[in-house]
Amino acid sequence: MDLTVVWFWVIAAFFIGYFVLDGFDFGVGMSLPFLGRDDTDRRVLINTIGPVWDLNETWVIVAGAMLFAAFPEWYATLFSGFYLPLLLILVALILRGVSFEYRHQRPEKSWKRRFDAMIVFGSAVPALLWGVAFANIVHGVPLDENHDFIGSILDLLNPYALLGGLTTLLLFFTHGIVFIALKTDGTIRARARTLATRSGIITALLAVAFLGWTVIEHGTGAVVILAIVTAVLLVSAILTNVLGREGLAFTGMAATIAGAVLTLFTALFPAVMPARNDPANSLTIANASSTPYTLEVMSWIALFAVPLILLYQGWTYWVFRKRVSRDHIPEDVDAHAAA
Amino acid sequence: MEQFLDPLVLSRWQFGLTTLYHFLFVPLTIGLATIVAIFQTVWVRTGKLEYLQLTHFYGKIFLINFAMGVVTGIVQEFQFGMNWSDYSRFVGDVFGAPLALEALLAFFLEATFIGLWIFGWDRLPRGLHLATIWVTAVATVVSAYFIIAANAFMQNPIAYTINEEKGRAELTSLGELLANPIALAAFPHTIFACFMVSAGLVISVAAWHLARGKNIETMRPALKFGLWTMVISGAGTALMGDQLSLAMVEAQPMKMAAAEALYTTASGADASFSIFTLGTPDGVHELFSVRVPYLLALLSTHSLDGTVEGINDIQAAYQGVFGPGDYAPIIWITYWSFRWMIGLGVVHIVVAVVGLWLTRKGRMPKNPWVWRAAIWSFPASLLAMSVGWIFTEMGRQPWLVFGLLKTEDGVSPGVSGLTVLISLVAFTLVYGSLAVVEFRLILKAVHAGPEPISTDDDSREPAARVTVY
Repeated sequence: MDLTVVWFWVIAAFFIGYFVLDGFDFGVGMSLPFLGRDDTDRRVLINTIGPVWDLNETWVIVAGAMLFAAFPEWYATLFSGFYLPLLLILVALILRGVSFEYRHQRPEKSWKRRFDAMIVFGSAVPALLWGVAFANIVHGVPLDENHDFIGSILDLLNPYALLGGLTTLLLFFTHGIVFIALKTDGTIRARARTLATRSGIITALLAVAFLGWTVIEHGTGAVVILAIVTAVLLVSAILTNVLGREGLAFTGMAATIAGAVLTLFTALFPAVMPARNDPANSLTIANASSTPYTLEVMSWIALFAVPLILLYQGWTYWVFRKRVSRDHIPEDVDAHAAA
Repeated sequence: MEQFLDPLVLSRWQFGLTTLYHFLFVPLTIGLATIVAIFQTVWVRTGKLEYLQLTHFYGKIFLINFAMGVVTGIVQEFQFGMNWSDYSRFVGDVFGAPLALEALLAFFLEATFIGLWIFGWDRLPRGLHLATIWVTAVATVVSAYFIIAANAFMQNPIAYTINEEKGRAELTSLGELLANPIALAAFPHTIFACFMVSAGLVISVAAWHLARGKNIETMRPALKFGLWTMVISGAGTALMGDQLSLAMVEAQPMKMAAAEALYTTASGADASFSIFTLGTPDGVHELFSVRVPYLLALLSTHSLDGTVEGINDIQAAYQGVFGPGDYAPIIWITYWSFRWMIGLGVVHIVVAVVGLWLTRKGRMPKNPWVWRAAIWSFPASLLAMSVGWIFTEMGRQPWLVFGLLKTEDGVSPGVSGLTVLISLVAFTLVYGSLAVVEFRLILKAVHAGPEPISTDDDSREPAARVTVY
């Protein structure tokens, strides 16, 4: 098989991994004002992702590095063309990451509130902008004959991309709330389930609109089928949440996100960066990829490494499988240690 | 106004600032991971509680620092595409592979096992929990190898062919790329230097407490450990730096000439090394200098009568090969950064040796200046690390990939100066304020000192141990 085709789907798989995993981190981050009634609540919420947010975030670094190695032209055009949205994503991820680590370092309320705000901002911004970015990739942007982006930031803020951004924002929000219902106990768990149902309905409306628009633009057979499957998965996830089947609801949300990413990549294939102004300027898997040699050595290494990665990351999730509740949160020791 | 909005100049400033900033946190991540792992191993093997205290104490500093290393690292990867898209297109087939290997084989390990270590104290058996910090430590070192191998391609491009039609470099052998002689020398040099910085931190912090007569039981072994680590890693850094300069003379003779501001080719006694020079910054007019004859010849060729090529001769030769242009880096930067790197490194080894002598057989020096010198170990070793990177990266100029691609040809053609200015300002503001927060948090952790360990382990609620944040 042509390795460029294989690597197109490898890249898709890494972005699926990233959005499924960091997606619920974003949702948990955004949930603080909705589910965190006091500091103990907020600490419960943050501790549900405490041991894993870093490994989840690393998926984007790996996806980016794989993209660089396998499709340098795609990487170069995408990252330079979407400069300002990516800058915002970077700043958001920086603020979110340090906030997890710094918020518990001091006992003062004002200190914690500041980092809580940064966690909310740092989670909502990437959740929105990743959707805008991927919708734009599928939608196409103006490129010159060297495949450089020649549009302005306004070209990236078209209605289809904005709808895509709102869809991922809500999708990750609901994904995170469902994750909280699965990982906490007591009143937070109950409130999370109620909230997940409400946000799930809005998510479903947005997702159906976005998937429908995608089908209208790229209505090949496979895209239609995947879009329908994704919508069905989302509705089942919401229904299982209503029925209180938390594990199933979370699995359903993860599958929905995977389905949505697959729908977009299928709509994109075999282009990787379609030029809206002139199809001749488009980047495809053929003219954006690395040499067969580089793809081949990368394939062998990925074949060796990926099963190992899935194994030890799966084990990590198993180690931290227990629910977190208010009883687990110790009193703020720092308040006494200062003396 | 135009000159303030040159995307090339702004992108270079941004890359320089964000990379130097990132590398303030990397050495501590690499060195402290192993040092904390050693403390924890001693505790597990001997049951000595002061080593558990040291593990928690330096572990806390390690984690405050670790978070910054992680989040600033993402910027590094994104920046190649954002600001240097033509560079990414030119080298992606070659340069992307080590980055992808780093991410797959090392970064995932590091990010996963650090979480297991932080949250796993009461969820994992003692031996397994100890293994998680060792996996983290090994992963940080492996990660450094791939990054340095990628960087070595920029210093000494090998294992590629040029595809004229596509206008890019293409990888011919991954094995050869990873065995770049520059990488083989730069990797141990950098890792030893990371351990010097981390030893500097251990020494500074221990000295701060000992000078005040605080926490003597825990801090005395920490000081000893830090001093020994400094001496050993200092010797390793110097030895490997010597190997690196030999490889550098082969690959980038201009950089070595620029390190000494040697304009005309010299041999033997004339190939002297100036310890200190007063004169015009470009090194052309010398007022006063302290020189060691033969030393430059010895450093560059390992022979007393060796010949070291001067800037003017290399410049003439390069014009013959690459066409008209200026092929020398900014001389005052390379000259002074090289001296500060070596000078600070040597001072550290001397301070550590003297420190070991003064604290022999449990002695505690009374002279406050001894403690002051020890406390300055950390900031000064971090400075040595930074000027070392400034030397090696500024010394590569005007090339982005030596001999293949100039820095000015690598910048993103589609990104405007205003856009880069916005991001440069954004990074400066975010990084600047985070530096203040991080510095204060580390100071707070240092001043608080090691927390006492409750020997009655059952007194705490088991449920209270599974959350950290």
